[in-house]
Amino acid sequence: MRAFTYERAGSPAAAAAAVATQPGAKFIAGGTNLLDLMKLEIEVPTHLVDVNRLGLDLIETTPDGGLKIGALVRNTDLAADMRVRSDYPLLARAVLSGASGQLRNKATTGGNLLQRTRCPYFYNTDMPCNKRKPGSGCAAMGGLSHNLAIVGASDACIATHPSDMAVALRALDATVETVAADGSERHTPLADFYRSPGETPHIETVLRAAEMITSVTLPQPLGGVQIYRKVRERASFAFATVSVAMVAGSVDGDIRVDRLAFGGLAHKPWRVEAAEGAARSAEAIADIVLAGAKPTADNAYKLPLVRRTLAAVIAQAKSESAR
Amino acid sequence: MIGEGINRTDGPLKVTGGATYTADRQDAGAPLYGVIRGAGIGKGRITFIDTRAAEVAPGVQVVWTYRNAPAQAPARDYADLNDAHPQLVGDRVDHYGAPVAFVVANSFEEARAAAGLVEIGYDVASGAYELDQGVQPGAWHNVSAFGDVDKAMAEGPVTVEADYSTPYHFAQPMEPNACLASWHDGHLTVYLAAQMISQLIEGLAATLKLDQKHITVDSAFVGGGFGSKIALHAEAVLASLATMALHRPVKVLLTRRQIFTIVGHRAASHSRIRLAATPDGRLTAIGHDATVQTFRGGDWTEGVATVSRALYAAPNRLTRHARSELDLGTAEPVRGPGELPGLMVFESAIDELAEKLDMDPVELRLRNDTAVDPERKIPLSGRRLADCLREGAKRFGWDNRPAVPGSRRDGRWLIGYGVASSIRGHFQSAAEVSVRLLPEGRVVVTSDMTDLGTGTYTIVAQVAAAALGVPVSQVTVELASTDHPSSMGSGGSWGAANTSVATDRACQSLRDQIAAVAGTGYNDLFAELRRHFPRGLEATGKTLESRDDPNYRRYSQFTYGASFAEVGVDADTGEVRLRRMLGVFSAGRILNAKTARSQLIGGMTWGVSAALHEGSYPDPRHGNWPKGDLAEYLLPVHADIPDIEAIMLDDFDEHANHLGVKGIGELGAGGTGGSVANAVYNATGVRVRDFPITIANLLPGLAARG
Amino acid sequence: MTIAQDSPARSETSAAACSVTFSVNGRTSSLVLDPRVTLLDVLREHLHLTGTKKGCDQGQCGACTVMVNGRRINSCLTLALMHEGDEITTIEGLGSPEALHPLQKAFLDHDGFQCGYCTPGQIISAVAVLEEIGAGVPSHVTADLNGAPPATDEEIRERMSGNLCRCSAYPNIIAAIRDMVEDHV
Repeated sequence: MRAFTYERAGSPAAAAAAVATQPGAKFIAGGTNLLDLMKLEIEVPTHLVDVNRLGLDLIETTPDGGLKIGALVRNTDLAADMRVRSDYPLLARAVLSGASGQLRNKATTGGNLLQRTRCPYFYNTDMPCNKRKPGSGCAAMGGLSHNLAIVGASDACIATHPSDMAVALRALDATVETVAADGSERHTPLADFYRSPGETPHIETVLRAAEMITSVTLPQPLGGVQIYRKVRERASFAFATVSVAMVAGSVDGDIRVDRLAFGGLAHKPWRVEAAEGAARSAEAIADIVLAGAKPTADNAYKLPLVRRTLAAVIAQAKSESAR
Repeated sequence: MIGEGINRTDGPLKVTGGATYTADRQDAGAPLYGVIRGAGIGKGRITFIDTRAAEVAPGVQVVWTYRNAPAQAPARDYADLNDAHPQLVGDRVDHYGAPVAFVVANSFEEARAAAGLVEIGYDVASGAYELDQGVQPGAWHNVSAFGDVDKAMAEGPVTVEADYSTPYHFAQPMEPNACLASWHDGHLTVYLAAQMISQLIEGLAATLKLDQKHITVDSAFVGGGFGSKIALHAEAVLASLATMALHRPVKVLLTRRQIFTIVGHRAASHSRIRLAATPDGRLTAIGHDATVQTFRGGDWTEGVATVSRALYAAPNRLTRHARSELDLGTAEPVRGPGELPGLMVFESAIDELAEKLDMDPVELRLRNDTAVDPERKIPLSGRRLADCLREGAKRFGWDNRPAVPGSRRDGRWLIGYGVASSIRGHFQSAAEVSVRLLPEGRVVVTSDMTDLGTGTYTIVAQVAAAALGVPVSQVTVELASTDHPSSMGSGGSWGAANTSVATDRACQSLRDQIAAVAGTGYNDLFAELRRHFPRGLEATGKTLESRDDPNYRRYSQFTYGASFAEVGVDADTGEVRLRRMLGVFSAGRILNAKTARSQLIGGMTWGVSAALHEGSYPDPRHGNWPKGDLAEYLLPVHADIPDIEAIMLDDFDEHANHLGVKGIGELGAGGTGGSVANAVYNATGVRVRDFPITIANLLPGLAARG
Repeated sequence: MTIAQDSPARSETSAAACSVTFSVNGRTSSLVLDPRVTLLDVLREHLHLTGTKKGCDQGQCGACTVMVNGRRINSCLTLALMHEGDEITTIEGLGSPEALHPLQKAFLDHDGFQCGYCTPGQIISAVAVLEEIGAGVPSHVTADLNGAPPATDEEIRERMSGNLCRCSAYPNIIAAIRDMVEDHV
């Protein structure tokens, strides 16, 4: 971990201004991902602006019946909020399926959105990695890639996004609110928040320099059957091999998949809106979701896994909606 | 008193944070901190080093590379534990992560940052990293041959021939490998996370070219070992060199990532197993060819193919190993060396044979039981494999096993049962223990034996208390210092038997000495002690090496077990979860029912993990380990492990020693992985022969079945 | 092929020390620290409270679990400076060999440990888990998100899964916690 200076910010705009004025500065909130990466010198900030005491830790009902989640709401508190549990169970389930109790107590809503990939070659600083060191190449291609992306990747990067929470938020049409150093605010749909890797996989979001997430807003509750199914190699405390976030409605005794997003498949939460809405078979939906998939030899098993998991989740939705 | 499941005597310290493991020790005063920098390539030469930035970084005391590291004794190929293991000795990189620079600074933060500032360039050579790359065709090691397996296979009539693979395993105890070294008045005190300190001190003395009498190694509390703290690793050598150079205590912890590279691993293996049997299930041939990785110049060959040598009778037998010398780190013993991967695959093959024979897998194993070592042709001492199988089958409810694979379902879960046998050689090694009676009424037992969580402190106190007729609370056990009498430490499941037998013998000697002057009818040991030996009395007890003990020539000594597993397999995703597990073990007399049960459960969990969770392979191009941390290299968590039952048969092996004691450290792991794998087959009808049974390995078969 | 390791040319400047005040087990500590010092390292290397263990130093094992203002966290993944004014509880704050906390006693009686290295983290985590269940915080395995989570073995196992135990005392740890359930939930 390289030396850095440290300050506690007094307000969101002041925090953004502090990061803007110091080259190499970064925000630190929960720190559960950033500090790990700093120990490995994958992240080397020269100045840390601690935003933990800025408030931003409330969950508020919005005038139009949605929910505004402060960026510093800890994962535990987000999942424990009664409104989230009853109106957005998909989100509660996704958050609870991630990490450990200790990490969820510290990790924040904003930080969760910004966590970096768990690609093993990103973590191994001796290996080429376009995400860690732009232009150095991608060691994951041709390497061990069991848990890496099968869709939406590029020739530069096959990393996956590790968040469960973001998958649910993507399915729920969340919006990310940010503040810039000049105090200006903007609202970015999560659909537009993450970038595809392309030639610049190190640039993961549309956030500008020194722009800070202040909240995440959910529209009105969707209702329906909400399921977050996480497939993983051990029963807890493991990243998803594949995860499925689904909101389903019942039409004439059949299931209509209204919202569908996947984790573990792509550089960002993977949602293909074209697969939603109409009554389709699991196979037909999967064909749309996986169109253009380019698996490696190591992770080709994810193709049947997606299909089978999707079918299982649809069957579960059917049985739950019949209840 | 012996056998009673009393609480661990060191337990109150451990549950309150008061047990001081190596990195916790404050004895030496404020330390400097050392951080190791590992090589970023798998094989090649260092062509460029720039340490200037690191040297002038804040707080830095010293930056060492091969160019300026202190002189050490040279290494030799196939070095033993007690040979020199010099560090930073040349520009050659022989495996990924091998130490190439070492920084000592005033604080951990400064040392870590400075280690990152060392600039290193390499000339990369192409290395051999895949298991088939380093084999010399026809060169077999550790071969055991009887009869003609080829012929028996040709004659059949029922045969199995199958290939299995097991990955690299990393011991990864929760306590990282660590050393705190302190050089004071010409004496080197080394607090070290270690298992066998009498061996380590020899290796360290040889490396440092220092007389052993000027070194003390102290490992009073060790946070797990599982083999990874047997060998002398870089942290001990570098911390020692640094304190000798800087005259300040120096603390070095390996990072969790470094434990994957600087500490060794269990070799990956490939097995071809051949079995032939009569239609009524009598084995006529056992063949097991195993290819295992070895380090270039390393001496350890994982005995994967040895596991069947005393397990079942069969006239034709051929078990042998091919060594694949690769440019990976050292292959080292990891818990259940040989038998954990070996029994997992061999007992899978036995399950395949039972399927072919249409015979109950328990019955097949019983039918091939033997009272005589099939290869050494001498009696198997304490052979109770059949008792373990029968008792386990009864307690587990084996009768309720799904008769047809893939036929039972509980919601989304496919349910299966599996069984496997366990066997583990029992060894005795030379050990010495001292017992002192103090006039104020205390018993003090001293030995360099370690307690890795195995319960040594507790069982030694129980044995001494029983032998002397005093309460356990009157016994003080001092372990794990090289100032104490020497043993072979913890490893190979021999520690408990060696130490308890030697302790008992020392106590008997004390009783004899007191009886000689006080007569045998005395009431109060300490009253007689004060009367006849006012300054106290000390005696030592010893054990012999197996080869020097006639009982170990006349009897073939093993411990036995049978494990039974029930798994659920998600019918859609192929996720496998253990639902329940039972093991029945025969391991001689049990010294403490509570700690023994715990250790067996722990071993069984290792078997579960090997079957379902853990394992790693190097990148075939770079020789590094992509699974470099505990988020990638998966160990079971609480949610993976349901209640596990471990039953110990009431046992006493009079041929092992006069206490009837054997060992249990490796036994629990034994065939447990096989029972899980066989349960997965029973649940799904899919046989996965490449371990662990991940979604990726299971799903294709599952999908093919629809 | 010659390659250089992935370490850009650079030099190191001294980290400007910062001061922080927090309380550990009820005792206030005011320290001047290198900003890089984690909460784990300040406990161990500065305050010599070595009961809290460094297992992986990256939030993947739970050996460093402590409670901050009543919530369990991984002390390895937080900077000491981020804890101004906080109340920290470590294993040393729960009980002593002479006066064990009931959960420490239960771990002892059920042999909920072997090597003991993960044990302080397990015990701190377990104390917090019982409080979390009592407070109605749901988990991944909670069937009814709108109800109070039951203190079942399944719930406890899920919630304890951030604490690895390589000796695998898992069944015994659950037995120890189960003993406490009636008293605490």
